[in-house]
Amino acid sequence: MENKTIYTEIITDHNVDPYHKHELEGANLILEGVNPSCGDDITLSLKVEDDVVVDGAYQGVGCAISQASADIMLDLVIGKTKEQALRLSELFLNMIRSEITDDELEELEEAGLLKDIAHNPSRTKCAVLGWRTLREMFGVEFEYEEE
Amino acid sequence: MNDYELNLRKDFPILNDDYAYLDNAATSQKPLSVINAVEEYYRTSNANPLRGIYDLSVSATEKYESARLSVKKFINASKKAEIVFTRNATESVNLVAYSYGMSFINEGDEIIVSILEHHSNMLPWQNVAKAKNATLKYLYCDENGVINPSDLEELITDKTALVAITQVSNVIGRTNDIKAFAKIAHEHGAVILCDGAQSVPHMKVDVTDLDVDFLAFSGHKMLAPMGIGVLYGKSELLKKMPPFLYGGEMIESVTVDGATFARIPTKFEAGTVNVGGAVGLEAAINYINNITMDEIVKRENELTEYAINQMRDINHLTVIGSDDPYNHHGIITFDIDDCHPHDVADILGGLGVDVRAGHHCAQPLLKHIGHPVTTRASIAFYNVREDIDRFIDALKGVRRTLGYGE
Repeated sequence: MENKTIYTEIITDHNVDPYHKHELEGANLILEGVNPSCGDDITLSLKVEDDVVVDGAYQGVGCAISQASADIMLDLVIGKTKEQALRLSELFLNMIRSEITDDELEELEEAGLLKDIAHNPSRTKCAVLGWRTLREMFGVEFEYEEE
Repeated sequence: MNDYELNLRKDFPILNDDYAYLDNAATSQKPLSVINAVEEYYRTSNANPLRGIYDLSVSATEKYESARLSVKKFINASKKAEIVFTRNATESVNLVAYSYGMSFINEGDEIIVSILEHHSNMLPWQNVAKAKNATLKYLYCDENGVINPSDLEELITDKTALVAITQVSNVIGRTNDIKAFAKIAHEHGAVILCDGAQSVPHMKVDVTDLDVDFLAFSGHKMLAPMGIGVLYGKSELLKKMPPFLYGGEMIESVTVDGATFARIPTKFEAGTVNVGGAVGLEAAINYINNITMDEIVKRENELTEYAINQMRDINHLTVIGSDDPYNHHGIITFDIDDCHPHDVADILGGLGVDVRAGHHCAQPLLKHIGHPVTTRASIAFYNVREDIDRFIDALKGVRRTLGYGE
């Protein structure tokens, strides 16, 4: 039987050899995000100057999806304005809800590889953890959807 | 697969060669005889039992009471009235907590709960302790999940009103010496409630021999449908306990000022009961008796040994609990270095191996033994070596899939 494709080399590389998993000197926004039920726990640190994310990093423990997703997110948002970062996070959440166009998916670059997690509701919270923490840092309260 | 196994597997329509179902501690699969018995009941005998005068209602009542008798014999209770039907083990424990606990546990009393407990045998006692200003004391296990009777002897006092302990841990699979625990509890004037959710389906449980005051278990973990469970209680205790839920069926007579209540066990079975579930549970007991508990124990032990022996040879994998496969009761909880259990279960699931990941509703235990989240495979007698082979093959690839080389 074919294994599911979510654990592609790009995803596992971000988990095993993350680029952004370290302390961040000069961070001026720090927030911890937790999934209590499974123990995913990340602390996101950003250095924001004039509404631009000049640098970012995370530390924490958790499943490969939660960690890789945070690493990929930082790849994407470092160098972007707060507005752009928020827009990307919104696209990511839309992708998880399977409400995204192909063009929008392209904007998400490697994060788009997590698209299929939408089919596994028990894992979507892993993929979303870093992104919702980022949104909370920028003052956007994460709303859990009730079905 | 030998002929015996091929026939055995045919009894379970949901099983096939596309996947290995190894989440039996969560819920068991159902044999055709159970499915057919439930269907037959709804096709031929369904009516509201206990109150109806007409034939169908009488027939439904007979089936319900016949199921009660089968449960009584299965766990060797001394009276049929000591078998209360509930929804599941959780409801059974809550019944004791709300009825016995709230009435007979007083301020300053102690409640002893083992750290091995599933949340369902822990939270009701936290609640009673809080409501009654009683002291909750935990009975801790060692790193292999072992609690010795001497550990209880040290903790218990004459202020202890109740001891709540599981017979088999749903995480570690180890058996507690319930008979010894019951003796110690009684010597100190305490009652003992045993959680049999993981033991009753997998070993001979004799409440008279164990001398427990209460035993809680679920039907759905022992081949029966979901929604039917059992509370065994000694009749002298059940008789003095107030009702848990109030309403229809459980009364003797009602006036605008109050009511007198039915005798046990009906006193504890308010509302229309789950006859279809009870019929399914009786069919499940018949199925187990037919293949024999000895055969179930033998098959589950052999499969567990076959699995654990191979797991020991996999690098970076740790099996939690005893080194002796016969001390696992089919429950194999494990860790793979660097790999989160949700990734492990996801990868295994993709390869057709169904296992559980997370904290297994026993967060305090997992914290105590230093493995906050784990993966658990759990075996039933209808599993075969091919299931274990598929599981072992899948395990060997987990680290590679996650990018850790071998």
